[in-house]
Amino acid sequence: MKRLLALTTLLATPAFAEGELKVYHWFEYIPDDLVQKFEAETGIKVTIDTYDSNEAMLASLKAGKLGQYDVAVPADFMVGIMAADGMLDSFTPEEMPNLGNIEPKWMDVPFDPGRKHSIPYQWGSTSFSVNRDVYQGDISSLATIFDPPPELSGKINVLDSQNEVLILGSLYLGIPQCTQDREQLKALNDMLLNAKKHWASFGSDIAKDVLVSGDAAAGMIYNGFSAKARAEGANVEYVYPKEGHVVWMDNVVLLKDAPNRENALKFMNFLLEPENAAAVTNYAAYTSGVMGVEPFLDDAIKNSPENNPPPGITPGVFAQACDQETQKLYDAIWTNLKK
Amino acid sequence: MAGPGPDRPPGDATYRDLVRPLLLPSWLVIGILMVLPVALMAVYSFLTKEFRGGVIWDFTLAAYDQFFLDRGLFGDDPPRIEWTYISIFWRSIWQAGLATLLCLLIGFPTAWFIATRPARTRGLWLFLITIPYWVNLLIRTVSLRFLLRDQGPLNGALQWLGLLDSPLSIINTNLAVQIGLFYSYLPFMVLPIYAAVERYNFALSEAAADLYANRWATLREVVLPVVKPGIVAGCILVFIPSLGAFLAPDLLGGAKTFMIGSLIDEQFRGSQGNWPFGAAAAMILMSLVLIVLLIYARSQGRAPR
Amino acid sequence: MKGVRHYPGFLPLTIVCLVVLYTPLIVVAVYSFNASTSITSWGGFSLRWYGEVFTGREATRFGQAAWNSITIALMAATTATVIATAAALAMVRGGPFRGRQASFALINLPLMVPEIVIAVATLIFFSTIGLKTGYLTILLAHITFCIPFAYLPIAARLEGIEGTYEQAARDLYATRAQAFRLILLPLMVPGIVSGWLLAFIISLDDFIITNFVKGAGMETLPTAIFGSVKQGIKPNIMAISTLMLLVSVLFVTAAYLINRRGRQTP
Repeated sequence: MKRLLALTTLLATPAFAEGELKVYHWFEYIPDDLVQKFEAETGIKVTIDTYDSNEAMLASLKAGKLGQYDVAVPADFMVGIMAADGMLDSFTPEEMPNLGNIEPKWMDVPFDPGRKHSIPYQWGSTSFSVNRDVYQGDISSLATIFDPPPELSGKINVLDSQNEVLILGSLYLGIPQCTQDREQLKALNDMLLNAKKHWASFGSDIAKDVLVSGDAAAGMIYNGFSAKARAEGANVEYVYPKEGHVVWMDNVVLLKDAPNRENALKFMNFLLEPENAAAVTNYAAYTSGVMGVEPFLDDAIKNSPENNPPPGITPGVFAQACDQETQKLYDAIWTNLKK
Repeated sequence: MAGPGPDRPPGDATYRDLVRPLLLPSWLVIGILMVLPVALMAVYSFLTKEFRGGVIWDFTLAAYDQFFLDRGLFGDDPPRIEWTYISIFWRSIWQAGLATLLCLLIGFPTAWFIATRPARTRGLWLFLITIPYWVNLLIRTVSLRFLLRDQGPLNGALQWLGLLDSPLSIINTNLAVQIGLFYSYLPFMVLPIYAAVERYNFALSEAAADLYANRWATLREVVLPVVKPGIVAGCILVFIPSLGAFLAPDLLGGAKTFMIGSLIDEQFRGSQGNWPFGAAAAMILMSLVLIVLLIYARSQGRAPR
Repeated sequence: MKGVRHYPGFLPLTIVCLVVLYTPLIVVAVYSFNASTSITSWGGFSLRWYGEVFTGREATRFGQAAWNSITIALMAATTATVIATAAALAMVRGGPFRGRQASFALINLPLMVPEIVIAVATLIFFSTIGLKTGYLTILLAHITFCIPFAYLPIAARLEGIEGTYEQAARDLYATRAQAFRLILLPLMVPGIVSGWLLAFIISLDDFIITNFVKGAGMETLPTAIFGSVKQGIKPNIMAISTLMLLVSVLFVTAAYLINRRGRQTP
């Protein structure tokens, strides 16, 4: 047994002169050429392991994988949660020469003031898209999803994600996030139960496909995903609703007990080069938080309506991490919605 | 056929003296790699949840309380029986049951058909049943979704044949879930039944025919009792995995309601991050299945085979 | 002879079974030749995705993943089948013994625990005892959950074999080992083959448990393709799947030929 064990470890970790880097990343979220470019520049062997949700990543790190990876890419609220749990290492500005490339508005973010643990990866928004072949009417309000016109009723896909559905629902009703007010929560609960009658399906991964195939005529979706649906030929319009929308940012974090801390810092610094940040944006169709990327962006990405909201829209909000007592109420509403 | 009591052929206990060594490998492997982790989960179900995943080592019944007692949205109503999770369980059991029945209806004739082929082609038939499973279940389920769409090939074909005027909505319904479960687990019904039917002595059917029993009476009275162990094994292998399945409910059923699998998954990999509750739901599911299996095993021990 | 074996309606139902099993695969195969990148629109015939499988950037990753998947499935299914066969002999031919019910429950335990719970619990267990996640941990986990899938068909088969055959052999002074090797084992083969096949496909298909117990950089086919498929199948995944089907057909053909040669020269 022991020998077998030794053998497999030997096979799994071939020696590299400059060492290695273990990245815990979302599925399909970094272009391969960029990884190869980093490997060629530094001689570091990069291994990428993937997850499909912030919570899945947190669960597997908590179950024992912390210490196996150098960096991960959690969303804003998850950075806050991981930092509070002591799962993140911090770095100094001297260790990250390109820190100055971060757009000023993304430097002092609430989930990581002053950027001690994380750097921006990509940011985007969540609201909804409508197939304009099916429905030509007014779609400026979140009512399109929560109290839809007859043309769209029964043809709506919503994200299978508690956070996004409940926050957009709250925005629609004009109630604050993480409220403990009974009347407001009851109203949210009742509104969602009514809205569900108009929904065809819950699905995050299928959000783009159902719009392209025509299975759904409208759907909650991320802006980059909607851009891809449009690129695949669906006549969909992404809406920045008048009630507001959700803004999110994925961040590269330095994990606690990173086995290759030096290389992790090199990788993060590498991602802050405008050219490299632009490569990710061209691939994922969201927006980077790095200055000076414009010359490197594809025109289609640079000018996409999904990434360039019209002036005067209601600004988006970040998801807040509620405290435990409040979160319980939101969990109950979600369970109630899907029971 | 072998019956209980003194008539029982002595061959049935041939390996009596080797019981321990023969069982030792499975005891060891499952004991270490399954019982210990599951015991850990059983302990977790009685611990306090750590906010957003993980546990705090304080003993509590909170997870079971949440499962069985309803204290209202704000937790201050007088406790009543909580129907939410019981109904999720009931719905999953019902879906899995229907899928098992569907598998049995198609799987038994298929297994019978294979078992009555010439001996040298039977292996090929078995492979033919399992080859599709070399393609990942996720891909097969997505293809199935494509087939069942309102504008998909199935509806197209039915309309072309003039059987339908307008597309039949299958996707995002319970029917789609059952089709998906049926499709996911069909070989798990066919193969065990095949293994039993292959052994069936057709002279018994001939004897029954000589006694003027018709085909179906023979099937019911003579064949089924003999191949019952295979049918039971097939039903177990389809029913239990179907209970915890969530690919078919999510991708084909539209994920509008929780099933046991997605409910538990949500506790570990979803935003609710409530490990003790997920563990408790798993323990309750396990106990239910275990009770049914043990009742079956006990009835097997007594009744004639 | 044919009379009692034949039931009207069984052939059509078998055909239904095969149609159901294979239609989604036809979709997969057809769309692997799609020039467009989307599953919902047909953009003409193309072999580009097959080219990409072998020469594309992810070629080595997918190749390694397919190799890991197949070797793990072969080893896990074989080990589980050996363990399950031994267990079935004890359970069915061991007579009544203390702990029989408990053993039955134990063997079927991996079937009863939802996958995600096994996944989290096993990962916590491995990291508690300090076993580094990787190929070995995947293999161990797979062997464990394959056991009931192998056990149930084998035990079902064994229950249908009367003891009289072995008894007759023993009466003719065969040792128990000889009776097992020459009489019982050949009779058990269909059950063993069925059990092995089920264990094999269940291992080949597993995503949730593997995803938790694998180490960084260690991929099996399901974990490697899951992400791409989750956001809508891309044709290169279709091409990989079609190639896997081809490999399986080659396997079967080889097994069939070897088997036939074995029969011709006994």
